[in-house]
Amino acid sequence: MRTEELFTWLIPVPPLLSFFLIWLFTSRSKTLSHTVAIGAMAVSWVLSLAVVLYALTTEHFGKTVFASSVPWLPTGDSSLNMGVLVDPLTAAMLFFVPLTCLMIFIYSVGYHNYGKPLDAHDASQPGAPAHNGVEPMYSRFFAFLSLFAFGMLTLVVADNLLLMFIGWEIMGLCSYLLIGFWYARQYDDPKKITPRQAAVKAFMTTRVGDVIMMLGIVYLYFATTTDKAKEILGLAGGTLSFRAILYNEEFLKYLVSQPSVIVGLPLAALIGLLLFAGAVGKSAQFPLHVWLPDAMEGPTPVSAMIHAATMVSAGVYAMVRMFPLLSAGWHEGGALTAPMMAMGVIGSFTALFAATIAVTQRDVKKVLAYSTISQLGYMIAALGIGAYVAAAFHLITHAFFKALLFLGSGSVIHGVEHGAHHSQEHLDPQDMFNMGGLRKKMPITFWTFLIGGLALSGFPFITAGFWSKDEILGDAFANGQWIVFATLAISALLTAFYTMRQISLTFLGEPRTQSAEHASETPWTVTTPLVILAFFAITAGYVGVPETFPVLGPLLQAIHFNRFHEFVGGALLELPAAAAFNVWPLLVSLFVALGGLWLGWMVYGRNPLKAGQADPLARPLGPIYTLLENKYYFDELYDFVFVRPSKWLAETVVYRVIDRTLIDGILHTVARAALRLGGFFKGAEKVVINDPPDYLAGGVQWLGKSFRVIQTGRVQNYLLIGMLVVLAFGGVYYMMLAR
Amino acid sequence: MQFPFLSIITFTPMIVGVLLLLIPEDRKTETRVAALAGAALCLGMSLFVYFSYNVGQGGYQFVEKFDWIPRFGISYHVGVDGISNPMVLLTGIVIFTGVLISWGIDDRPREFFAFLFILATGVFGVFVSLDLFQLFFFYEIAVFPMYLLIAIWGWKVTREYAAMKLTLFLFIGSVVSLVGALAMYVTVGRATGVYTFDMLKMAEAQAAGVFNFNLNVPLLGSRPFEWVWFPFVFFGFAVLGGIYPFHNWSPDGHVAAPTAVSMFHAGVLMKLGAFAALRVGIMLLPEGARAHLPWIVVLTVINVVYGAFIAMRQTDLKYMIGYSSVSHMGLVSMAFATMNYTGYVGGAMQMFAHGVMTAMLFATVGMVYDRAHTRQMPELGGMARKMPFVLLGFTIASLSSMGMPGFAGFMAELPIFMGLWRAGTNTADFIAPYYAWIAVISALAIVITAAYLLIAIQRVFFGEISEEHDHHVGDVTVLDKVAITVLSITIVAVGLFPILMGPMVSSGVIAVLRIFGGA
Repeated sequence: MRTEELFTWLIPVPPLLSFFLIWLFTSRSKTLSHTVAIGAMAVSWVLSLAVVLYALTTEHFGKTVFASSVPWLPTGDSSLNMGVLVDPLTAAMLFFVPLTCLMIFIYSVGYHNYGKPLDAHDASQPGAPAHNGVEPMYSRFFAFLSLFAFGMLTLVVADNLLLMFIGWEIMGLCSYLLIGFWYARQYDDPKKITPRQAAVKAFMTTRVGDVIMMLGIVYLYFATTTDKAKEILGLAGGTLSFRAILYNEEFLKYLVSQPSVIVGLPLAALIGLLLFAGAVGKSAQFPLHVWLPDAMEGPTPVSAMIHAATMVSAGVYAMVRMFPLLSAGWHEGGALTAPMMAMGVIGSFTALFAATIAVTQRDVKKVLAYSTISQLGYMIAALGIGAYVAAAFHLITHAFFKALLFLGSGSVIHGVEHGAHHSQEHLDPQDMFNMGGLRKKMPITFWTFLIGGLALSGFPFITAGFWSKDEILGDAFANGQWIVFATLAISALLTAFYTMRQISLTFLGEPRTQSAEHASETPWTVTTPLVILAFFAITAGYVGVPETFPVLGPLLQAIHFNRFHEFVGGALLELPAAAAFNVWPLLVSLFVALGGLWLGWMVYGRNPLKAGQADPLARPLGPIYTLLENKYYFDELYDFVFVRPSKWLAETVVYRVIDRTLIDGILHTVARAALRLGGFFKGAEKVVINDPPDYLAGGVQWLGKSFRVIQTGRVQNYLLIGMLVVLAFGGVYYMMLAR
Repeated sequence: MQFPFLSIITFTPMIVGVLLLLIPEDRKTETRVAALAGAALCLGMSLFVYFSYNVGQGGYQFVEKFDWIPRFGISYHVGVDGISNPMVLLTGIVIFTGVLISWGIDDRPREFFAFLFILATGVFGVFVSLDLFQLFFFYEIAVFPMYLLIAIWGWKVTREYAAMKLTLFLFIGSVVSLVGALAMYVTVGRATGVYTFDMLKMAEAQAAGVFNFNLNVPLLGSRPFEWVWFPFVFFGFAVLGGIYPFHNWSPDGHVAAPTAVSMFHAGVLMKLGAFAALRVGIMLLPEGARAHLPWIVVLTVINVVYGAFIAMRQTDLKYMIGYSSVSHMGLVSMAFATMNYTGYVGGAMQMFAHGVMTAMLFATVGMVYDRAHTRQMPELGGMARKMPFVLLGFTIASLSSMGMPGFAGFMAELPIFMGLWRAGTNTADFIAPYYAWIAVISALAIVITAAYLLIAIQRVFFGEISEEHDHHVGDVTVLDKVAITVLSITIVAVGLFPILMGPMVSSGVIAVLRIFGGA
């Protein structure tokens, strides 16, 4: 086995070992636990870096990808294999996933107050956020994080859909465990969702998508087992390997030519749609987006890691990975396939829809949650219009700046909590209206957050977010997808607006509460990852500057820096053409980014809010504001449409009526009838069969009893009876003879 | 002659059970230790047999055969193949863990363990039987102690009702299939001149075409022999497998039974039904199966979805798991109804996976009940702090149950769905175009399963603990932890390394499919 292959196999292993080590051995020592976890993650990161460097230094890596696999589950004629695959897309993922994970691991040390003594109250009540001491379940947290990293890395290096699905589900499980990490947390407001409810909600909602995706996998497997497919693939049995399926033009053509169980839809399209449903759940796209905002109940590193940088982007990654299948039958400029259409519509709608909600949220993390949903919508929409490279590009830049923003918000919350501890105030430390003026209190957090925020808004030329967003808009423009282009442009405007709102409310002006007044900068373990991520939030964009971009393009070209398009595009069968440079989409993207930021500045930044002042948007928008603030009432709608009817069906119809009344009713009726019949037989038996012998026996008994009187045991009586009998016989005899 | 492993596995529990009765009644600890020793012996032997089965060779191994009642062609004939071998191991695991978690039974433990062991002999016997008469013989041995175990040691509220319901259902089922079995016996005897209950010989006769003639059925006219008798044999056994609408005995039985018996009942006994339905119904009457299974698929879909729905609305933990078992056993029957390789592998794996995880679920629920004295979810809460190990066990079993990759359940459910999806291609029956939709509908049950199990975890293990429980509920014993560990390791091992079980099951399944003509 070649070294780089071995390395790829080893990448997911250290976090898994770390999970077991912490769980079984080191859970009592906090220092050991985080050392093991961070050490393991660092090993994975180094291994990944080696693989990435190998990939980058190989000429035409897209054509010389490497993979190896071993048999895992026999399937009769052949077997399902498990293995690893590194192609340019994997390499790109391997560049940012272990790095962000490592940053988040380090951040968690400071976030959970490592070094402070355990608060006596926390020690007796684990399962709630720590007061001001170290987190009581510190080791467990790192164990779960490690398991999560294992899941994500497995997903990234997987060479087949099944292993990818396994990683996918492990992440789902960890997400459940980590969202519900503070399982004992209770709120005064009964309507506010608690972490344990949020965990169940997240798991269930994504599970709906996962099951549909599993059906897609099953369907795809089935499609590879037909005789024709086997012939094309040159295999003895079914397969789920990416290489076999996605890099085989003939097979993809075959899938397009086959009808599916739904009339009029080719097989490839239906499988694509089913797989897409999984991404809708995992990447929180409409209509399965409802879980992500509530998932913010988890600790902030979890929100950063799972709900910004890695897990939610896994959905997009899976779609990018399956793109050859999703787009099978499509050629540039041609009619879109059904899955692409679905992605375009759902992605762009989600981008806009979530951005509007983000405008009105008060919770600093919820704004970011909706922003994440919106940005993921961007990527999905990009795939829908065939912008494969742009989607992958935005995936990477977004991971950096969104992880940065989440970690920054965690740092802010931490600072405010610290202040609240100091001022003995009872307030929601995540509500932005309780903040303000943190710029001076937490300078490192402020500057890094600002960089992240500008990247998210797509601040031109400097930030990574600009380049990736611009590329998506440029592709939409070039492909003539006007609706997608317009929707995405409007959501970009809103994005810049709510980012500016968030920055203004949090950092600018004067502190609005005592807690904000006493907030202090977080320890170096928290701020260092912020600085490193901020660095990438700027530089990661330059790898994807189009060669055709004036001045900057040729400049970077000269040093072979902006190779992203050529590199990742090489993963496809044919290199997608880069969109020609056009000044209009560039102008639009400049306008929306700067315009949104300017609007935000005018409303929130210029005259910072005073304590107790309401949101200046609330009055002019009126009912729309309420609608947005309540997230279009989707939670209530789902409860009314899905949750309650299914409970009613289960409880009343299926259990009460069918099982207990109907089936048991029939059963009990049969039993009762049998008892009746038995009763009848019992009666009949008494009269017909039982009684006659009884009477017979009774008669005999009576007779015996009657004769008993003469059985006295006295000889005299017997003699007397004997004499009487002789006399009687004698009398009879005499009478007969006398005749 | 080789060493009679299977006979020893089969009769060890019976002998141990009888020996237990010789121990003086007040020596309770000695009784328990003796029982554990017996169970450990069974587990060890079944592990040995499991791992020394030669997968490459396949077929029936560890075969022993003696004449029993030669006049009627009855023999004592045992052997394991790739499908029954995991079942024997499962029984070994469940009896071992069952004894461990029953340590606390204080009401006549001697008799309790004796009956439990007799039950185990019946179960082992069915799994290794290659003679039809012998199979019925052990089947009845397995059913009868159940009545006593439930009626004497069960939950006071429903035990008499449940014990009666269960026993009647199962006896009636076995009588119905016995009728079918006798029909086969007589037919084979008449045609070949050799009256035999030996299943291998019957299968040979079937392959030779002995059953290829029509019978005149009142109202239905002339019908093939197998078409007529397959439903008798299949449904008679499938009752024990909990097939809709004859599933109703099982949740009531699970609830009323003491913990170890519930484990045995749901973990192993229900498999007995599915296994016998496969071994006798499908393998001896394949043409009948081909004709009837398509519509049986419909029943099994109802099983799967309906059971899941009911489980979702239960507040009693044991009822919830009971209906969950109905739902999961539906998947087994469904797998057998696919008539293809992938589905059968899934079905055989599901029998094992479900056995282990259900045993774990009942064991953990029993542990909670023993300490909190309630199984009503609204009254429970906060058990995670009192018994973290139980939470671990319950969670692992739940994850397996909801088909989470990395756990045994997934390795069973995925092939079942794959098989179901494929099932439409090699048949031409009326339902052929709809198999994909059936897969979709039954996949719905996975979502519901996840829902009720997660909600149960949340309600029972997290949330507020009541004052009373806070004071009185303690952690579980070391033996309970050992039992949980054994079951957890099994679930995870099979989930992560299906190679431990896959090739073996595969060899058995290929043999079954050869009967259908190499499909």
